[in-house]
Amino acid sequence: MKGKKLLARLLSCRLNGRDRSDAVADNILLLDYLREKVGLTGTKTGCDGGECGACTVLIDDKPTLSCLTLAATVQGKRVDTIESLGHEGQLSAVQRGFHEKLGSQCGYCTPGFIMASAGLLRRNPDPSDEEILEALGSNICRCTGYVKIIEAVKFAVALGKQGVAP
Amino acid sequence: MNKPVNKPMPVHNIGGYIPMIDGPEKVSGRAKYTADIVAPGQLAGRIYRSPYSHADIVSVDVSGALKVPGVIAVVTGADCDKGFGVLPIARTEYPLARDKVRYRGEPVAAVAALDDNAAREALRRIKMTVKELPAYYTSKDALAPGAALLHEKKPGNIERDVLFELGSTAQGFAEADLVREGTYNCAEVCQNQMEMHAALAEYDAVRERMTVHASTQVPYYVHLMLSQILGMDMSRIRVIKPHVGGGFGCRTETLNVELIAALLARKANATVRMVTTREETFITHRGRPETDIKLKIGMRKDGRITAIECDCDQRGGAHSGYGVVTILYAGSMLYAIYDLHNVKYTGRRALTNTPPCGAFRGHGTVDIRFAFESLVDEMAIELGLDPFAVRRANLLTAPTFTDNDLMVNSYGLPECLDWVERESGWKRRKGKLSNGKAVRKGLGMACSHYISGASKPVNWTGEPHATVKIKLDFDGSIVVLSGAADIGQGSTTILAQTVAEVLGLDLSRVRVVTGDSEVVPKDNGSYSSRVTFMVGNAALEAARNLKAVLTNAAARKLEARPEDIECLGEVYRAGKQDKGATFEEVVTEALKDTGTITVTGNYSTIPESHGGKKYRGSAIGGTMGYSYSAQVVEVSVDEETGVVTVDKVWVAHDCGKALNRLTVEGQVQGSVWMGMGQAMSEEAAYHDGLMVTANMLDYRVPTIQDSPPIEVGIVESNDPHGPFGAKEAGEGSLAAFLPALTNAIADAIGVRFNDLPVTPDRVFEAIEKRRRAAEKSPKKNGGA
Repeated sequence: MKGKKLLARLLSCRLNGRDRSDAVADNILLLDYLREKVGLTGTKTGCDGGECGACTVLIDDKPTLSCLTLAATVQGKRVDTIESLGHEGQLSAVQRGFHEKLGSQCGYCTPGFIMASAGLLRRNPDPSDEEILEALGSNICRCTGYVKIIEAVKFAVALGKQGVAP
Repeated sequence: MNKPVNKPMPVHNIGGYIPMIDGPEKVSGRAKYTADIVAPGQLAGRIYRSPYSHADIVSVDVSGALKVPGVIAVVTGADCDKGFGVLPIARTEYPLARDKVRYRGEPVAAVAALDDNAAREALRRIKMTVKELPAYYTSKDALAPGAALLHEKKPGNIERDVLFELGSTAQGFAEADLVREGTYNCAEVCQNQMEMHAALAEYDAVRERMTVHASTQVPYYVHLMLSQILGMDMSRIRVIKPHVGGGFGCRTETLNVELIAALLARKANATVRMVTTREETFITHRGRPETDIKLKIGMRKDGRITAIECDCDQRGGAHSGYGVVTILYAGSMLYAIYDLHNVKYTGRRALTNTPPCGAFRGHGTVDIRFAFESLVDEMAIELGLDPFAVRRANLLTAPTFTDNDLMVNSYGLPECLDWVERESGWKRRKGKLSNGKAVRKGLGMACSHYISGASKPVNWTGEPHATVKIKLDFDGSIVVLSGAADIGQGSTTILAQTVAEVLGLDLSRVRVVTGDSEVVPKDNGSYSSRVTFMVGNAALEAARNLKAVLTNAAARKLEARPEDIECLGEVYRAGKQDKGATFEEVVTEALKDTGTITVTGNYSTIPESHGGKKYRGSAIGGTMGYSYSAQVVEVSVDEETGVVTVDKVWVAHDCGKALNRLTVEGQVQGSVWMGMGQAMSEEAAYHDGLMVTANMLDYRVPTIQDSPPIEVGIVESNDPHGPFGAKEAGEGSLAAFLPALTNAIADAIGVRFNDLPVTPDRVFEAIEKRRRAAEKSPKKNGGA
């Protein structure tokens, strides 16, 4: 610590649809920026780095592990967390799927799964079974055995066809 | 909910597919877990862990740590000389090691600092001096004559040994047409729940009060241990359980994390947040011990089992934890699934220099069930019997008591067998699956069972097993107060459904308050699958008591006799022609006498369920109701790579009555899948006592791409004592997967795996071995 100069910068990004700027240290992870600095604790820490997917957020709509992303790299980008989903107080299609089909039990991996699923449905509103499995292949859930997670995503796809946003 | 009621009708809340009432919080990121709670001015806590497996501590020098800028407090074993442990007979573990360390990663000191960087820097400045002792990483080494003792009072490094023989095995084996033996090894496995261990401890020095937020399944046990460790009166302690990200048993005892956070908070006169890493969460452990089993079964030609001899060694780790209970369950739960007599069980729980094991889902029953169902399958095939027929030849007839005095009142195993046999197309497909050149397919089946709550609680106080309060006030909302710990299994939802069902009200009228010792009644916690049965029964009684209060009030209001009042949920009326009174009117009337209404419901198990006295520890295994499960697993085995793919699982689970089909299915699928992880890929491995699989890459949990469809059949045997007939649903289906898998592999390739996990390299090696053997004896045209 002694003699080391902590480098910081002003980070500007569009977080959950709103522009904001914060002074952040260069070495802070996006995960810690979201949780500790902004107070968005919906994004979870589930491992010691890149193993579980619980911290998945969307950067410019692309599912990304926020625990392996330096906050500084989202300068000027769109970042969406679990807190951004839903519209006019109602749950989004993916959120409804995970709630109504029990894709979520303890709920800890859920934000990561939902963001990975939302990312999938934003780029591909009608994915095949294989595409669903591939999109969620790096997220670990310890409760469900994944059966109802797959049902949840398929339910969200069906809702999407009725016009509910993912 | 003040809609005009056209046709008043009670709402039904039981038996459907009902999403969890706390689901919206979980899918929106609003659910707060312990690590999500931020207290003003909180300090960051970090633990210094032993780099030695077994050593006498000479000194722990923390002077360097205290000099790090930002460090507020440091605690060591010198700060607490009280032991903790879940069993009152085995409180031998210290929050921070004193005198000696017994496993690599055991907490030795802890730091509270202004931020995490300072705390981590302080850990690097702690100097520990030791005199190393011989360390033992296997049961065999620890139990060897002359081994150094881990605990002075535990000669031979045996935490507990068990021996019973009920009936005569000698006679039983003499009556058998076939006697076979097998040896089995199941690797140690970890719960690896998604939320890492965390605690937030707030010490109020002015009032001498401690508040601890803990990610636990047992807030009451945490409360007890905090009082003991801190030497504080229980009334000065408050325990809050926020949302918990899974437990599967590793949080069914107080963990060192919450105790250390509290010790730090008191020393710092501050609030300390302790969030452990994934590696630390693994090392805190409390998983399922590595188990070695020798099993001998005698069977008649018709499949009837005549005798059993079972010998079981568990590598328990460095402290007792639940160890005594685990080694007892392994023996007692041989019973209560089949009609068995002439059983001999010997068990040893060894103390080893590895992290302490605990009560993993299916506690004590899983590895034994694997061995049993494997050997039965093998013998069935040798006798030319269908594996289903052998199970059917040994069924119990309920109600009954087993030879070890376990009470069985409801028994849906026959229906479970029928369901999986039918749905999997067993008769039609067994032995007739289309096999490719390299990929061979097979079907295997097995059964398992589990308790619906241990009939005797660990801490016997004489109180009811469960207490639920319901509060009803001017606003007309039904507030259920319960200490039951929802860890994702959905207990909060089940309590709401139970109360709403009795009152005929929509679920939206019911709120459930849990998880704060300041508000809710004490509950023993979420373990041994006790909550639906015990707390559910208490909620049932509380709701009935509330209904009686409301019925009396309605009778006064409607000037009728209480026995003539009909409760239709939102309307109470005295006969079909009566327009009746609305729920609000009835509540207003009821409040006139007493003001805010609170009612209580209690539940206690009956003495007949407490197990017998035929051997020491025979209370373990006693329960009010056993769940039953049967499974069929379909596999594909690639003989060129050794990769086993589970194509599909059919599982039938007798949960007595499905209060919520959605959550029952979720629990059953989750337990089957967890069994799959143990059977196929999960293993805690050590190098010189260091857990080298303490991350989610090396500890291989199945991903969504590895996981099969799991079709669930719900069997409802309507237990006479269960709430609405319900029994447990969250554990009993785990164990059957393991043997069903290996039986299916044996069906596919003719090779039987008695050691778990069945990894591709083990399969490949076995296939190669067979191929080489076939080459040597060309007569037997081996193979595949």
